[in-house]
Parts: sequence; structure tokens; C-alpha cells
Amino acid sequence: MMSAVNRFRQSRYFWPLVALALILLANVFINPAFFSLEFRNGRLYGSLVDVLNRGAPVALLAIGMSLVIATGGIDLSVGAVIAISGAVCANLINSSLDSLFIVISLGLLAGLIAGLVNGSLVSYLGIQPIVATLVLMVAGRGIAQLINGGQIITFSHDGFAALGVGSLFGLPIPVVIVAVVLFLVHCLVRFTALGLFIEAVGCNPRASHYAGVHVNGVKLAVYCICGVCAAIAGMIITADIQGADANNAGLWLELDAILAVVIGGAALTGGRFSLVLSVIGVLIIQALGTTILVSGIAPQYNLLIKSLVIVAVLLLQSPAFKQQLMNLLRGRTT
Amino acid sequence: MSLRLNPRLLPVMVTVALLLLLFIAGAIRFENFGSLRVVMNLFTDNAFLGITAIGMTFVILSGGIDLSVGAVIALSGVLCAVLIEQLGWHPLQAIPLVIVCGSLLGLVMGALIQCYNMQPFIVTLAGMFFARALATILSEQSIPIEHGFVDAINNFGIMLPGRAWFGSAAMALIGIFILAVWLLHYTRLGGYIYALGGNAGSAALMGVPVGRTRILVYILSSTLAATAGVVYCFYTSSGYALAGVGLELDAIAAVVIGGTLLSGGIGYVSGTLLGVLIMGLIQTWISFDGSLNSWWTRIVIGVLVLVFICLQHWLSWKLKRSGKSL
Repeated sequence: MMSAVNRFRQSRYFWPLVALALILLANVFINPAFFSLEFRNGRLYGSLVDVLNRGAPVALLAIGMSLVIATGGIDLSVGAVIAISGAVCANLINSSLDSLFIVISLGLLAGLIAGLVNGSLVSYLGIQPIVATLVLMVAGRGIAQLINGGQIITFSHDGFAALGVGSLFGLPIPVVIVAVVLFLVHCLVRFTALGLFIEAVGCNPRASHYAGVHVNGVKLAVYCICGVCAAIAGMIITADIQGADANNAGLWLELDAILAVVIGGAALTGGRFSLVLSVIGVLIIQALGTTILVSGIAPQYNLLIKSLVIVAVLLLQSPAFKQQLMNLLRGRTT
Repeated sequence: MSLRLNPRLLPVMVTVALLLLLFIAGAIRFENFGSLRVVMNLFTDNAFLGITAIGMTFVILSGGIDLSVGAVIALSGVLCAVLIEQLGWHPLQAIPLVIVCGSLLGLVMGALIQCYNMQPFIVTLAGMFFARALATILSEQSIPIEHGFVDAINNFGIMLPGRAWFGSAAMALIGIFILAVWLLHYTRLGGYIYALGGNAGSAALMGVPVGRTRILVYILSSTLAATAGVVYCFYTSSGYALAGVGLELDAIAAVVIGGTLLSGGIGYVSGTLLGVLIMGLIQTWISFDGSLNSWWTRIVIGVLVLVFICLQHWLSWKLKRSGKSL
């Protein structure tokens, strides 16, 4: 029994789960209504469901971003890809195309193309990931504006809107989508060799190359997965507001996604990832935001607290800081 | 070939050619485009971007990146407006305090990056959140500034022939540009920055004070961003917490178009200034044309960045093949 507890304390799930538990615990005192769940009109309602639902787009981004970061890369363009896929879907619906299947497929295709562009720049041209994805981050919103003709495109299509506001098995559809994508990507990376290859490329691309790993192919694949995840997130956001806003859809979400992956304990230098931990990271950010809102602190402080959380997490990950902290504690005991 | 061009200068040469080409094409296409007035307006309207991009050049040359500059501009603008309008300070008292605040933020970010070996990208991202949050906490609304001194500064300038106005913002940009060129090419610190970006390990072995240089670079960038914030605040006569959203991308794009290698070690401040002018020229072109929409600016800038990155990549590959290091 003791060893199980010890093993859990050693595992990398420990600190993220403790952080999430602390935030939830704070809510017991601030606002007990946080935990009340209600079943109405065939779906669950309550703050906890709300956290899951609001966090769904970022969770999708974080799943894709985990893989990219695990190869030692980064994808800054996901926010712009959200805008593009939203614009593509909204315009297809307005062009009186009735097949939901085609709309969603073409939306996904837009994300896949974006991923292919990023991936080829990073792998085959060997450009630094920050810079390569910066190109699409800058140009992507322009492309989305171009598709939208500079307008905010609104539409009414019950089938597509269900992606954002519908419910399935008593849960909001975005939450179900995250669960499905998490399961699919998890199977893809853990039941095939892809996950191992991704970690190998992140640890040491040259050694992986000599070991026979197709490094460029692996990199291309993770950027494509990331692009598709961003496209799904874009469709959820677009369906939620029943409109495509090229300027504001998914603005700054890339930062939240990166933050979630870092809180989940992945090293930005690559080589280590956990999809579940990244999603827990999203829940931490989202629960923190909701807690700040319900506790009556002005919403402006949300960003401030977020920035302090990033620095704290980075400090706790830094070996130099751990050493200093140890020295400080040791100094106090002697 | 007897006349050998320094390969490091090639991207800057391409930038110069592009700038001239754009300007001449514009002058042929539109009436009044090829005038001194348009050129001077380029400097005035892009002064804050130029000052920020000069700071960004130092950071990128040292092999880092600073994503916080847009938010620092907003924070200094709002702080400036709050001090002048709500607390009744004289601008000459407010400006130094605002700039010192910017430097302090740079110091903290640089120290975190250096002492704890963190990635510049994520630390300055936290700095961006922090500065933007402070700005919104200070005031969510835009604060207009009505002060005789601010008006006097805005009206200060020299009228050049052709009704071209050489205003105070353009003067600030040119002054800071000259200072930056001096700092980078005529002081020891400049050499240290190049060495650090070229290869931090070798630089340390050669006796370059790596830690101090790296921290100084981030202080420099934040200080210049705060200065740009003051310029922007005067230019718009207001402080607004949402000013400069996405400006860090424009600054990075200007640096890249100016021919600075994003992995650090190679590049020139003058290239950055040219990059800023190209971006300004594209905007001027679009406003002269009238039928093109503003989103084309972002697409064209994105494509330009891509082209320059590919050019740099091709260049370093070619040099590596010919056995020389860039």
C-alpha cells in the first residue's frame, strides 16, 4: 500500500493532479455550488461540465501540440488554422451545400493542408519550428479574411451547430469529441511505434536517423495531426457561435495550448509527452479561469495569474531552481 | 569572379532591391506616391514599430526571441496616460519612470532565461501575458491625453520641401537607429551579442560574459519597446490596453525581411529598418490602391517572410557546401 502511494508520488501524474485538486478544493470554500450537477433536457449542467465544455477547443489543440512539442517543435499557427477551418466551413454551409459530411471533411482538409505546409517547412526545409509556423500564424488570418471576404460570416445549420451546442450521452458534444480524439490519438501513438518514434526524434534527431527512423516523415506526421486537431477545434468554435470571425476565432489559443502542455510536464525541448497530462493541464487552466470568475475577482486578473503560473511551473521544472530550493531548505534545517 | 559580395550582405541587398522596386513601381502606378512626403510619413507612421524592431534585432542576433514587446508597448502607453492624466504628472517625469519599468521587466525576463536556463520563447510569452494583464488592470478603456507638452511634441518637426513633414516620432526613430548602429558595431557589447548568437559555447570559452550580455539584450529590447510605447502613446494621444496586439509578429517579420538570421549571429540593424520600411510601404500601397483590402497586408508579409527564410536557408546550405561557415 505504502509503495503504491510512493510510486504515485514519484510519477509525473502527481504534481499536475495535485494542482487540479487544489484548485477544486479552493472552490469548496469559495463557491460550493461549483460542484452541483443537474440533469436537464437530456444533458448535464453545472460548473464542472462547463469547465470541460469550455476547455474542449484548447484540449484538442493541446493534444496536437503535445505531439509537436514532443518532437522538439512548436506550432504557433493553430490559432490561425482555427480561423481558416471555421471560415471554410461557414462559407461551404452558406453555399447551400447540404451534406454535413462534405463540410466537415473539407474543414479537416484545410487543417491537414496547413499541417502539411508547416511540416514540410520544418522537416524537409529544416527551418526552425517557431519561425516556420510563424509564417502561417501571420498569413493565416489574412487567408481566413480572404475566404470570408472580410466579413463575419454567420449561418444557420442545425446539424453543424450541434458540433458546438448539441449533446450526446448527456454530455456536450465538444466534450465527446475531445474524448474520441484523445482515444484515437492515444491508440495511434501508443499501440503503434509512432509514439516511440516521436519521442526518439525529440530526444535526438540525428541518432534516430541513424537508427533508421524516418525523422522527416515523423515530423511531417505530427504537424499534420496538429493541424487536423486545430481544424476540429475551429469547427467547434464556429459551430458554437454559428459564425466565422476571422479576426477573433481562436485568438491566443495557441498560447493556452502550449501552456497546457508545459503544465502537463512535457519538456519544451522534446522527447517526452503525455496526452492525458496535457488534457489535465487544460483542465487546470480552465478550472483556474472559472474559479477566478466565480470568486468575484475581476477577469483581468485571469491573465496575470496565468502568467505567474507559467513562471512558477517553469521554475519548478528547472534543475537550477530545484537546487537553490534544496540549498535553502537545507540551510534552514542546519 | 573578382568582385565578391560578402554573402552576409546578400539578404540585406535583396531587401534594398525589393524596397527600391516597390517604391519605383508605386511611383509609376500612383500619382503622388513617389514623393518625399510619402517617405517621411513612412518614418512617422512606423516609428513605434521601427523602435520595437530594432530592440528585437538585438534579441534575435543573440539567438533569442522576445514575444512580450507588443504588450510592453500597451503597458507603457497606459502607464504614461494614467500618470499624466489621472495623477497629473508632467510627461517629462512620467516618461523616465515608464521606461525604467520596461527595463525592469526586461531584467526579470532576461534573468529568468539566463539563471534558470529557460526557453526565451516561453518566458517572454509569460512576460507578454503579465504586461497585457497589468495594462488592462490599470485601465480597460482608452485614456485620452490632453496635455500642452504632448501637443507641443506632436507639433514639433521640420517642414521639408514638397510638404513633407519630418516629425518628432521620425526623429526619435532615426536617433535610436543611430544609437543602435553605434552600440552594435562600435562597442564591445555589440561584438559580444554577435558572438553569443553565433555560438554561445564558444563565446563563453573566448571570455565573453555570456550571462551579462544575454540579460542586457532583453533589458535593451524591453527598454526600446517601452520607448516605442511612449512614442505610440504620443502619436495617438492616448493610452490603450489593447494597443499593439500582434505587434511582436510584425517586429519579428521586419527583422526577418531585413535579412537577420533567426538562429542568431548574423544580421544588421539597418536591414531591420529597411524591413520596417518595406512593411510600411506595402501598407501605403494598399491604402493608395483603395480596391485591395487590408488583409492582403498580412498575406503579403507572410509570403515575404517565407521567401526570406528560404533565401537564408539556401544561403547557409550553399556556404556549408562550399566549406565555409556563415
